[in-house]
Amino acid sequence: MKILSNSPIKLPKTKDNNLNRLIIISIVIFVLMAILNPGKFITMRNFRSMSYSFPELGLLSLGLTICMITGGIDLSIVGTANLTSILAAKLMVEAMPENPTSAIIALYIFLAVGVAFIFGIIAGLINGYLVSTFHIHPVLVTLGTWQVFSGIAIIITRGYAIPNLPKPFLFVGNGRFLGLAMPLYIFLALAIVVAVLLRKTQFGRSIYFIGTNATAARFAGIRVRKMLMRAYVSSALLASTAGLLMISRTNQAKADYGRSYILQAVLVNLLAGVNWHGGFGRVIGVAIAVVTLQFLSSGFNMLRFNNFARDFTWGVFLISIMIFNHLMNERKNRLEADIAGAKSVE
Amino acid sequence: MRKLLKTHESYIAVILIVFSLIVGIINPKFFSIGNLFGLLKSTVVTGIFALGVLLVLISGEIDISFPAIGVVSMYITGTVFEAIDFSGPTILAFLFSGGIGVLLGLINAAVISTFRLPTLIVSLGTLSAYSGFVLTFIDTRIINRLSEPVVVYSKLAFFRRTMESGQIAELHFSFFVYLALAALTALILRYTIIGRGVYALGGDRQATKRAGFSIKKIEYFIYCYVGLLAGLAGIIHSAHVRNANPFDLVGGELNVIAATVLGGAIIGGGRGTVHGTLLGVMLITVINNSLILMGIPSYWQRFTTGFVLLIAVAIPQIGSVKSIRTPRRVRS
Repeated sequence: MKILSNSPIKLPKTKDNNLNRLIIISIVIFVLMAILNPGKFITMRNFRSMSYSFPELGLLSLGLTICMITGGIDLSIVGTANLTSILAAKLMVEAMPENPTSAIIALYIFLAVGVAFIFGIIAGLINGYLVSTFHIHPVLVTLGTWQVFSGIAIIITRGYAIPNLPKPFLFVGNGRFLGLAMPLYIFLALAIVVAVLLRKTQFGRSIYFIGTNATAARFAGIRVRKMLMRAYVSSALLASTAGLLMISRTNQAKADYGRSYILQAVLVNLLAGVNWHGGFGRVIGVAIAVVTLQFLSSGFNMLRFNNFARDFTWGVFLISIMIFNHLMNERKNRLEADIAGAKSVE
Repeated sequence: MRKLLKTHESYIAVILIVFSLIVGIINPKFFSIGNLFGLLKSTVVTGIFALGVLLVLISGEIDISFPAIGVVSMYITGTVFEAIDFSGPTILAFLFSGGIGVLLGLINAAVISTFRLPTLIVSLGTLSAYSGFVLTFIDTRIINRLSEPVVVYSKLAFFRRTMESGQIAELHFSFFVYLALAALTALILRYTIIGRGVYALGGDRQATKRAGFSIKKIEYFIYCYVGLLAGLAGIIHSAHVRNANPFDLVGGELNVIAATVLGGAIIGGGRGTVHGTLLGVMLITVINNSLILMGIPSYWQRFTTGFVLLIAVAIPQIGSVKSIRTPRRVRS
């Protein structure tokens, strides 16, 4: 097995299989939705509305990808997104002086974004510290911090929404630049940043290594603790950005927004072929998967499915994909075993 | 090892007593018979769910679909029994709800065991699928007219006493059902081959196989048993609140997992006891119910649950930093 995975021919081929499969699924869903919603799905208006809504989930999913590559998981992303965006909204709405000049508005927006990122970093550090130093199972840590973060968000807002954000800030979530949605640019830019981070930096290579075999990584001289901390901080920063996008798009900050995003983010990552045991995952896959899910979700909306039917379908979809991937991997392993057997005979 | 475990559970008991004393000092109403009976009643549903979670945690996995199983069982039972105007024995309503639970548990088990998928992700999917199924294909309205036997059950209580304040204090029968199920679970875990298999599976999967256990059998047993408990917890919850609400229970999974972990079960498997779980459930119920008695607004509840969970999972780890040097063993 070990020799095989080192062989230069085999490795890239399996990667492409995964991606090809995803692209096929994506096309099938696109065509299906186009047929089911004639004249409505393939319209400029639908594409535009989709390009505003998928980047939030996309950013959350990218954060989850980084954690899943290390072999962990971050279930607190929605909590982090809500908490940091509420703090930002609080600053922009309630601390803003009366009759502000545009310079003051700009200053406050700048400060608010800064606050969101600082608290995002803190949230990530808490997760990373508990996972890496206390060796607590990431599922438990992030389930706990999810409750803590959204609990703090509820305490701050007492369950009410914070509406009426400053006008210029709304441009981030609703504006258009050169005919394309602003959130789309943000998603593309951050997707490229994460891709570079994962492929070209020492941090990226290290977390793949940690996810494949943490003990081996430690003996190979990788500072596991530091890298895990960075992974959870990156995830929390992406979540904060998603949170800012959410409040900007909806023009209000709410403590319980986007609870269902967590299931969807896991779904996106599994669809993208990110290995939940760690060690494998590609940004391009996540990008295609999140767009695919958006096709599905928009298509369902047009078919006037209610939310509960969507929950049901997504649950079934998640399990089907897991089973499908499992069967494919099993086939691949059998093939590899055959090849290995043939080689050993030679 | 035995000593260490003993200290963990007695340690939770000490926290429970100290916390109760603090609440009692702030608000003496805490120690009234009415409040204590009320607390015991509110441990029941969380507790029965927690017994199921305990099994899954011991086996080394995490399941979060149980509240959905509870809701589906409860709601289908409510719908069917309302439609046929059921008036037979109460036990039939319990068997029906439990049976639906077992069926749903069987689906979980089939997916998890056949394809060797992680329970957390499978149950994330089934959680969404089960509750979506009820709301899409059955109904979304709250059933307020429960069938006769369930209503009779909901009034079944002991030690009825009228307090000086005019309130009635009583201990609901459900508490004894809970104790019986806890005893059953403890017996299964301690004295049956399959119960020992659950511990073994959490200790080391490969070794369990070599020792001659059928892993498939153990997994099917675990998830069906969880389904059964969830189904029973669902119908008992429905009797307690006197309605069947399809939006109920789901969202409370973390509370139950926190209680079980607090009681000494360890994620990663191999460890956990029934009496620890009972204590953990009691502690988390006391904490949640006492916030209001202590004058803390209810919107603090979510934060408190999360915080208690984090503390609960962090404390054993601080202890185990020392024990890492000596290799961990499965408790036998």
